[in-house]
Amino acid sequence: MLEDKDRIFTNLYGRHDPGLEAARQRGAWNGTADILSCGRDWIIDQVKASGLRGRGGAGFPTGLKWSFMPKEVGARPHYLVVNADESEPGTCKDREMMRHDPHLLIEGCLVASFAMQAHACYIYIRGEYVDERLALEKAIAEAYQAGLVGKNACGSGYDFDIYVHHGAGAYICGEETALLESLEGKKGQPRLKPPFPANAGLYGCPTTVNNVESIAVAPTIIRRGAEWFAGIGRERNTGTKVFCISGHVNKPCNVEEAMSIPLKELIETHCGGVRGGWDNLKAVIPGGSSVPLIPKEICDDQIMDFDSLQKVKSGLGTAAVIVMDKSTDVVRAIARISYFYKHESCGQCTPCREGTGWMWRVLERMARGEAEMSEIDTLLDVAGQVEGHTICALGDAAAWPIQGLIRHFRHEIEDRITSYRASKPHVAAAAVAAE
Amino acid sequence: MSGRHLAEVQPDSFAFTEASTKDVDFWLAKYPQERKRSAVIPMLWIAQKQEGWVSVPAMERIAEQLDMAYIRVLEVATFYTMFNLTPVGEHLIQLCGTTPCMLRGSEALKDVLAERIGPKGATSADGKFTWMEVECLGACCNAPMIQISNAEGDHYFEDLTPESLGQLLDAFQRGETPAAGPQIARQTSAPEGDPITLTDATLFDGSRAKPIQLPNRPAPAAAADDGGDPTPGKPFDSRDNQAAATETPKDKKDA
Repeated sequence: MLEDKDRIFTNLYGRHDPGLEAARQRGAWNGTADILSCGRDWIIDQVKASGLRGRGGAGFPTGLKWSFMPKEVGARPHYLVVNADESEPGTCKDREMMRHDPHLLIEGCLVASFAMQAHACYIYIRGEYVDERLALEKAIAEAYQAGLVGKNACGSGYDFDIYVHHGAGAYICGEETALLESLEGKKGQPRLKPPFPANAGLYGCPTTVNNVESIAVAPTIIRRGAEWFAGIGRERNTGTKVFCISGHVNKPCNVEEAMSIPLKELIETHCGGVRGGWDNLKAVIPGGSSVPLIPKEICDDQIMDFDSLQKVKSGLGTAAVIVMDKSTDVVRAIARISYFYKHESCGQCTPCREGTGWMWRVLERMARGEAEMSEIDTLLDVAGQVEGHTICALGDAAAWPIQGLIRHFRHEIEDRITSYRASKPHVAAAAVAAE
Repeated sequence: MSGRHLAEVQPDSFAFTEASTKDVDFWLAKYPQERKRSAVIPMLWIAQKQEGWVSVPAMERIAEQLDMAYIRVLEVATFYTMFNLTPVGEHLIQLCGTTPCMLRGSEALKDVLAERIGPKGATSADGKFTWMEVECLGACCNAPMIQISNAEGDHYFEDLTPESLGQLLDAFQRGETPAAGPQIARQTSAPEGDPITLTDATLFDGSRAKPIQLPNRPAPAAAADDGGDPTPGKPFDSRDNQAAATETPKDKKDA
């Protein structure tokens, strides 16, 4: 188990005061001016050396992303935008950071903005997180009051403004260009790339969009040293990570653990085990609803990091671990995820707008057994046609859980169809075309 | 994208109250003047908190204030599902039905709401409650859960059972304001029972607020510490800020 002294989010559960004074006692804002005094390039080099990969799902190296910003500020100002639109089913970590450790995030915003020469930062928080938004606003007001942000932030001579913005219930706004559209006061529909936000982002200005966790861990990494962070986990998969474990475990929870922790250890140490014991496990969605599930045989000795989960054709995503025990109707569980993507498709690209609804309707029938055997392959084919043919990754995210289901639980769908037919012999040949 | 339509009956006019105007000004100050349409979502939300829903006159008022075409405001209001385009009951109950909540019993909660209030989207006869199923609300480690929005706020009620949901509804019916958060003995999203993490007292005793030396400090800066010149290109001289950066640690102040 990761030792407490190596945990970054020391108030993850809100057992202590989230306010500035208490946050300082826990180490936030310690030596911030000193960090800035080391210069932009040094900060970016430290983050690169730590091996930090983005915590919002894609796992892109954070330091490298920061280095894509123009070296000189031209006519257009630079912006940092923090993606706090936490909406990936299974994921509930940023919420805890924002309401319980907001000062780590605010300090991270200053350090990251300074490194990218941004004098303004917007934190885009999902609309439903009203209490979390108010908590964050309160912490920002404290930081302004104490001179930590604002004019001459931390006495550094650097002017820095930080603002909270909110959404209003659209999952798609977690996609970075949709988020920027939304922040500009429009529908959250993703933009074509290029141009990438580092060239033309918010208001057409150079912009970097980072997840809450990626930003909030940065100051501590620099305080403790890049090699400290890089020494946790394994190569290319370094550091600590907040995991969100939900579903059929005895004690669902958020917990900060070492990257590359074995899945079984994570669940047994922190969550009181799978409901009914490890052998009662059926499958796990290891990284939020977008990633394909993995069955128990793979879970047995799976470790939790980007590369190892990719090897089993899944992904770490947001590290939201959704556990399903043997009582789960896995077809129905994935059908519900398909409904989610149908509901959240922004409607811009035809494969996604039409495909998500089509796939959901077919899966609903399959969950009841009302389908043709041949439709399993048709579904797989349609999923493959949606995947990779849309502007943003929502189409992919809708296809992957279905592909995972068919890869590992095709027999369950087939059994469902067979038993439905056995009970209703007269419908045997009635092909129900998708509407 | 779900079908979202305007209410048939619309009020004649809309005006922000004094308190709402203050909120609007707070939000408008966040964006560059020429980018003020960025405030459209926050302003729609303020209008909704004031009236309980978003009416056509409210959207017209917002469009005018932000120099936007009305259709652009309508486009936003219909795209984002948190905007109620028709009136709702005093307490709006949004039940999360996505897979993590479904695995932990949200279906049974739906039955309770259907029995007490009516079918999905219905408002109770006394106007107290409206309920709807929504997609993941991001509290999955505390599933199943609902959000209740009313004049007092927008809070999450978590770790529900059909019984505790019934009791919550009873309490709201009586005009009480039950405590938000987990409805079982549990601290936020920590695992139930005695904590096994974040128990090390040195995390909280102020020892982390003591002055630190940054590891990997670049060499030229070290020279600056010795009284040399600041690193070329540095935005300021760090020596001026040592005091600001290193707060005096206070003993055992751990609220």
